Amino acid sequence: MSLRPDLAVIAANVAPGSRVLDVGCGDGALMAALRDRSGVDARGLELDAGNVAECVARGLSVMQGDADADLADYPDAAFDYAILSQTLQTTKRPDRVLDELLRIGRKAFVSFPNFAHWRVRLSLLWGGRMPVTRLLPVAWYATENIHHVTIDDFRALLAERGVGIEQAWFLTGDKRTSAAAANFRAEHAVFLLSR
Amino acid sequence: MAEADPLARSRSLTLAEPLALDSGQALTGVEIAFETYGELAADKANAILLFHALTGDQYAASPHPKTGKPGWWARMIGPGKPIDTNRFHVICANIVGGCMGSTGPASPAADGQPYAMRFPVITIRDMVRAQVALLDALGIARLHAAVGGSMGGMQALSLAANFAERTSAALVIAATARHSAQNIAFHEVGRQAIMADPKWNGGDYYGPCGQTSKGPEAGLAVARMAAHITYLSEAGLTEKFGRRLQDRESKTFGFDADFQIESYLRHQGLSFTDRFDANSYLYITRAMDYFDLAEEHGGRLSDAFAGTGARFCLVSFDTDWLYPTPESRHIAHALNASGAPVSCVELSAPYGHDSFLLDVPALDRVIAGFLQQ
Repeated sequence: MSLRPDLAVIAANVAPGSRVLDVGCGDGALMAALRDRSGVDARGLELDAGNVAECVARGLSVMQGDADADLADYPDAAFDYAILSQTLQTTKRPDRVLDELLRIGRKAFVSFPNFAHWRVRLSLLWGGRMPVTRLLPVAWYATENIHHVTIDDFRALLAERGVGIEQAWFLTGDKRTSAAAANFRAEHAVFLLSR
Repeated sequence: MAEADPLARSRSLTLAEPLALDSGQALTGVEIAFETYGELAADKANAILLFHALTGDQYAASPHPKTGKPGWWARMIGPGKPIDTNRFHVICANIVGGCMGSTGPASPAADGQPYAMRFPVITIRDMVRAQVALLDALGIARLHAAVGGSMGGMQALSLAANFAERTSAALVIAATARHSAQNIAFHEVGRQAIMADPKWNGGDYYGPCGQTSKGPEAGLAVARMAAHITYLSEAGLTEKFGRRLQDRESKTFGFDADFQIESYLRHQGLSFTDRFDANSYLYITRAMDYFDLAEEHGGRLSDAFAGTGARFCLVSFDTDWLYPTPESRHIAHALNASGAPVSCVELSAPYGHDSFLLDVPALDRVIAGFLQQ
């Protein structure tokens, strides 16, 4: 089973045998891959009960909960990595969630769709309408993405919060794109962060 | 559906050692009646200990000898079912204090007369101690999993906390780590209903040699009626009964069971008295009220799980107001704090607390998945 491109990047860069919290773990695909390939002790947090049931059925340890409200229940530095994939833009307070990730994990992986990708820009520029693209497939009124973010916005938030970037990957579909002009050319991004 | 598992076996044994109790007393010659389903593997590593709820018993997947009804979890246990007896050896024992073959208030004391109220007050941990002694007698060092719903879930938690080396996993459904004031309140209503029945007679209503004579059936029925309400959801009651009348066109302006819900509760209460001993009901509800797992471990629930190496799965139901989801989450947070692998999920089901006994396909998936590891 192949992982979503951002998850494949994360899976390839998590140290074997480490402890991981996957926040918004969905059906547990990444956790299962980390466990099976790298012997990672993975735990998850997921809002949707059906997804949690799916994870438990895969033998994964997943708490039903919400990134905005429930990260506070985890002790400091309990994990080597906290992972937040394609979820940052759905949280009520992405800045606080980011702080929590780096409190709970020594490092954090964060992936998100880039709202400054040229297709999105074109759509807004020429269409004057909220973009509906491959990575942002849902109309504005129904989308779970309540805090759209661009790669440059995210970098600015990191700088403001004093968060260090250990590594960053930029992708279009499942293909890597260069860091140059990533804010224009990348559909989505993965950051490895630390304090 | 009701077909019996050909591998079901009814068994009973007497504990060789006295059972030391939390009260400081001890019970000697404790008899444990239990059912098993599926074969025990040669290495004895495939055993699942299933704990029953307050009014449950060991007949989890075999027909009840008194009512003839299928076991209370027949839908869950059997070949190819979520608790797969092709793979697992399932043990379900009647709790100490119960009335289906294990030593309880109706059992004869040393003088040959029923214990009645001379039976010592027991705790959830005492019930678990008895079952651990049963495992010792069966030569089972470590369970594949301890499983239970409601009071059964309390016992599964207690086993994982107090006998950490005895299980690799605990599956705790619709349960709590302590009884709330509201939980205690409902139980007290039930106990007072029993004790207010003149036929209770200070607990001394057994015939000679423990043969059941007519005890406080009216009181026990009322206790069951009150408790039964707490097992159902308001929406479930409304859907099932609404304000519909029972076999009549209009209200009678009397106190007969005009409404279907009244008739249903009366039936639940009366049929319960055919299979349950009133004194057992007093003792078991007391044990549940005394249950506070954190209190047993210095007040911090996470300390209760400090020594555990088990995996945990906590399941709650969105319509269960007896042990609502925050109770499960409270346990899950304590387990997280102690570093144990824990899953916690609230399933959607319309049946209230009783959802764990009823047809909730998502529960089947969670149980099968959690146990297959």
